[in-house]
Amino acid sequence: MPFVEAIRLALQQIWVQKLKSFFTLLGVMIGVTFLIAVVSIVGGMSRYMTDQVVGKIMAVNSFELRHRPNINLGEMTEERWRELRRRPRIKESDIQPVTDALPPDVRWAAVGNDNLSAQSRYVAKPRQVNAFTVTDGYFDVKKMAPVSGRLFSPQEYERGMPVIVIGQDVANYFFPALDPVGRELVVRGIPYTVVGVMEKQGSAFGISFDKFIVAPHKSPINRYVNAHNVIDAIMIQTASREGLLSTMETVRQVMRARHHLRPSQKDDFELETSDSALEFWNKIKSYLVFAGVALPAIGLVVGAIVIMNIMLVAVAERTREIGIRKSLGARRRDIMSQFLVESATLSTVGAALGVATGFAFAKLIAAVTPLPAAVELWSVLVGIGIGAGVGIVAGVYPASRASRLDPITALRAE
Amino acid sequence: MSQDIVHDSLEAPLGSTAERQAVVGAAGAAPGQDWVIVTRGIKREYDMGGEVVRALRGVDVAIRRNEYVAIMGPSGSGKSTLMNVIGCLDTPNAGEYWLNGTQVSKMSDDALARVRNKEIGFVFQTFNLLPRASALHNVELPLVYAGVPGEERRRRAKEALERVQLGGRIDHRPNELSGGQRQRVAIARALVNNPSILLADEPTGNLDSATSEEIMKVFESLADQGQTVIMVTHEPDIAAHARRVIVLRDGMVHSDERRSTFVEKLGLPA
Repeated sequence: MPFVEAIRLALQQIWVQKLKSFFTLLGVMIGVTFLIAVVSIVGGMSRYMTDQVVGKIMAVNSFELRHRPNINLGEMTEERWRELRRRPRIKESDIQPVTDALPPDVRWAAVGNDNLSAQSRYVAKPRQVNAFTVTDGYFDVKKMAPVSGRLFSPQEYERGMPVIVIGQDVANYFFPALDPVGRELVVRGIPYTVVGVMEKQGSAFGISFDKFIVAPHKSPINRYVNAHNVIDAIMIQTASREGLLSTMETVRQVMRARHHLRPSQKDDFELETSDSALEFWNKIKSYLVFAGVALPAIGLVVGAIVIMNIMLVAVAERTREIGIRKSLGARRRDIMSQFLVESATLSTVGAALGVATGFAFAKLIAAVTPLPAAVELWSVLVGIGIGAGVGIVAGVYPASRASRLDPITALRAE
Repeated sequence: MSQDIVHDSLEAPLGSTAERQAVVGAAGAAPGQDWVIVTRGIKREYDMGGEVVRALRGVDVAIRRNEYVAIMGPSGSGKSTLMNVIGCLDTPNAGEYWLNGTQVSKMSDDALARVRNKEIGFVFQTFNLLPRASALHNVELPLVYAGVPGEERRRRAKEALERVQLGGRIDHRPNELSGGQRQRVAIARALVNNPSILLADEPTGNLDSATSEEIMKVFESLADQGQTVIMVTHEPDIAAHARRVIVLRDGMVHSDERRSTFVEKLGLPA
């Protein structure tokens, strides 16, 4: 019997017994619903981590040369901590050799960073700000632009002028209802002129990315950010994803040579990418996905048992029909495929309904909780695939029973 | 074995008794073109909970193309078993069954399904239509299993229904049709794949006498058109419509005679 014919027949059979079919496929439907919902929420969180959290800290196709990882998610052993503490800092003298080795289309910037207390004459209380001291490639790499004012001029970089650009939160706190551009912010007793206010960066997990000030690397602020000659990081951004690994390798070799590391020794510096920052999250994610798949699997097993049961009933109820079909020339495999297709169709319909409700469920969770949700195509395909698979597995036994019925006995059945 | 055939001189077109004896007696040899059914010493035994029931004890039957034969017998005579064997729903324990020049007595299940699909058209006492399918779809079924594409299938099913004067009811379901109409749908279904034999099992058993008469007319006209018809019945007046009557008793052929003889013996109106 042609496949399309078998599906048409199966759908007809399902349609004739709507309520019974619905209860039959409920198990599969619930299983797939949870599969889709969990995968969507995990997927949504993953996207949130990538785009909102790490993406805000790290620029695209970039890595940072640091002495220790900046983003630490996950457990840290005593041993690892000691190893990190023994590492030498990155020096200003490292900038030249590292950047000289880079291919021409690579952008870079040296960055220092610390929390410092700042004050303005408009607000009585001083406040901590995230202070960055940067070389001239910084704003290009981070793709940050001012909403008012300007960035630094080459002269300001070169001469280390006391100028800063500030984030939105800094502007709002220290210059309430004022235009900050041209006004002064005092850090460690030295006044800095605000030349620009940067666009809003947003937040992750309630932590704002707009509480920063940025000053030229050579400005006086640098001595409060880092010890003499020390920098926190060199940010390096390649033009494409492909160039990233080879550029990282180039930098690694330069740094290993400068630190006189023997081949047996591990790196005593960090080349941190957004991927390495996401490593811990990915570990959590794999647990979540596993749980998200294992729990619905129970639903699917129950669903399979229900379908098998119902199919056995259907075979018993339709013994006469099987006899008729056999007397008209249906072979074993025709009967087998008829019932297999029927149970597969039944559970695929269940899976499709499950995809729809899972989608709705994920959207609902996204709407009423801070958890984001993103329905991923693969989970839809896997959900429907699993549905069909469950139906086939559950249908094999009833279908083979149907196919082995003796036509004479079957024709005599009531 | 040939003593089972009760001799009655049947001449052409039914052929002579001698001819039938010859073809039945030639064990192992494929019968000639014009023999649709040849059985040689068919035996069928059932194991009913330790007790062996010998339903057929060596049946020799030879039927030519275009014959219209009734198989009669009291209940327990083995006529249903014989019909199942002839219809390839069952296989004999011993003996040969040649259908249309092919020995089918040793075929596998799937091969028998092929044969049922291509060579045999069943008409049952209880119609055996699929209750939820339309008349058209019921008639299409054998063509579905024959792998005929949809368009042609519908066309041929419509033609078959028109042949039994049901062209106007193709979309009706069995429960929207009268008993006679249902049986005509079943006949259309039996004929749609142009089978070698039309095999009817008590085709009028569930019908009143007027409708029975109407169905018998359908068989009559099919036989006139050259269709080989084999009808199993226990009603003498229904059997009397056939041109040859085989009577089974205790799993063996008790008599095999032309209609006129049969009618005469029973004292039925000719």
